[in-house]
Amino acid sequence: MSDHSVNLPLFPRLPALALKGMPLMPVSMALSGFARRIAARHPAMFRRLGEYNAARFVLDPTDLPLSMLLEPLNGRPRIHLSRRTLRGDARIAGPLSGLLGLVHGAYDGDALFFSRDLVIEGDTAAVLALRNAIDDAELDLSAEAQAMSGPFAAAMRRLIAMAEARTGVALSRHEEDGTW
Amino acid sequence: MVMEIVCPAGTPASLRAAVKAGAHTVYCGFADETNARNFPGLNFERDEMREGVAFAHDHGSKVLVAINTFPRAGGEEMWHRAIADAESAGADAVILADLGLLAHAAQHHPNLRRHLSVQAAAANADVINFYADAFGVRRVVLPRVLSVPEIAAINAETEVETEVFVFGGLCVMAEGRCSLSSYATGKSPNMNGVCSPASHVDYHEDHGDLSAKLGGYTIHKVGAGQPAPYPTLCKGCFQAGEATGHLFEDPVSLNAEALIPQLAKAGVTALKIEGRQRSRSYVAQVVRNFRAAVDAQAAGLPMPEGMLASLTEGQATTAGAYKKTWR
Ligand code: SF4
Repeated sequence: MSDHSVNLPLFPRLPALALKGMPLMPVSMALSGFARRIAARHPAMFRRLGEYNAARFVLDPTDLPLSMLLEPLNGRPRIHLSRRTLRGDARIAGPLSGLLGLVHGAYDGDALFFSRDLVIEGDTAAVLALRNAIDDAELDLSAEAQAMSGPFAAAMRRLIAMAEARTGVALSRHEEDGTW
Repeated sequence: MVMEIVCPAGTPASLRAAVKAGAHTVYCGFADETNARNFPGLNFERDEMREGVAFAHDHGSKVLVAINTFPRAGGEEMWHRAIADAESAGADAVILADLGLLAHAAQHHPNLRRHLSVQAAAANADVINFYADAFGVRRVVLPRVLSVPEIAAINAETEVETEVFVFGGLCVMAEGRCSLSSYATGKSPNMNGVCSPASHVDYHEDHGDLSAKLGGYTIHKVGAGQPAPYPTLCKGCFQAGEATGHLFEDPVSLNAEALIPQLAKAGVTALKIEGRQRSRSYVAQVVRNFRAAVDAQAAGLPMPEGMLASLTEGQATTAGAYKKTWR
């Protein structure tokens, strides 16, 4: 990491180790379902992706013992988790807090890349398209999860707040201007 | 009077972020070859432009639409439609570079304000006054090759408003005339709206060393711990004889924040921030910073300390040509 690095919080070691024994198949299915619900609420994100809807993105949180294959598929996204090395058209690697911080607008992708906090490989244009599409969608994963939790929304909010506090990972959207 | 800050928006979310952060004016473009930031996943569909302009106007900001590439022979219709659609979306002005397009806009859209893009490379008062007389151009975006005294000299001889770049990526050639990128990729800024396009970029990390390639050529290589470069051709590291170095330009970005008082004195109307290809987080941070700076300047206060170096390419900044020095 360079002298200019952004000082991204790393996922705590113990819970990361706990992920080693987690069965990945049901989690992949749950995440795919979650992604499809988000997709239904943000169709413009896939319009923006254009030809890169067919691309296969490997997202590699370097502080977790697993990585993720994301296929946008024109609004019917599929997510597959694996502990093995995944192959795709493009790979984006960095601490989980950086990857989620990009989704939530907490960090600028180029700045994280210039500082070497993020590594990108493969199809650079696909990565740019994904970054721009997600940045425009103004996603808030915490709000999305709560909206899908029905009567358990309040419990979900508390759970997410606790997870944010324990891990230092931003699970909800960063408002660019707090006074607005 | 407060200097106007003209802020970039590559997406509707960035436009809203810029307006919320205090942008007086936002500039953006349609998602096609008509604008010089034709990048994947970027720019505005027609409905997004209408909504963006309405949002900006509701909050007291203006929107300029950049239609600043040069129409392809036989394909002019796309550029003409862009101008008509910008007007019907309620844009406050269009930013044009091509003479034919300026003539078309002046004739068919006389009430739509016309700004001259930096792509036109108008760098002296005579040519700027010509654009004003011939096509009713009201503002010119000056090339990034002029010094502050040169800008003052231009303003002394023209009524046309001047807008200068103060922050972001630095393009050093007389603008609109650089074909370096075409040699390596077949695509250039003035025809296709892209310099060193991402579709031709490749990164490889090997034992901490990062190589940045463009069209198969290694343009830059850095060791572990060094800031990552984007393989922009003019900022590459090349070998010439015995020497290895940045032949054309160092990979640094422009930051003329400290020069704002001098630019105001030189008669500049508006300050432009580069970066339509950047995220809404970047836009919000840079706009907030520059809004504070122009407000301070108008109030006669010292310039606030900038905190923007980490956002820039090469993570180092320069005052560019505004302060010319010999190496
Ligand atoms: S190669 Fe450099 S000077 Fe030429 S258009 Fe690109 S950024 Fe500008």
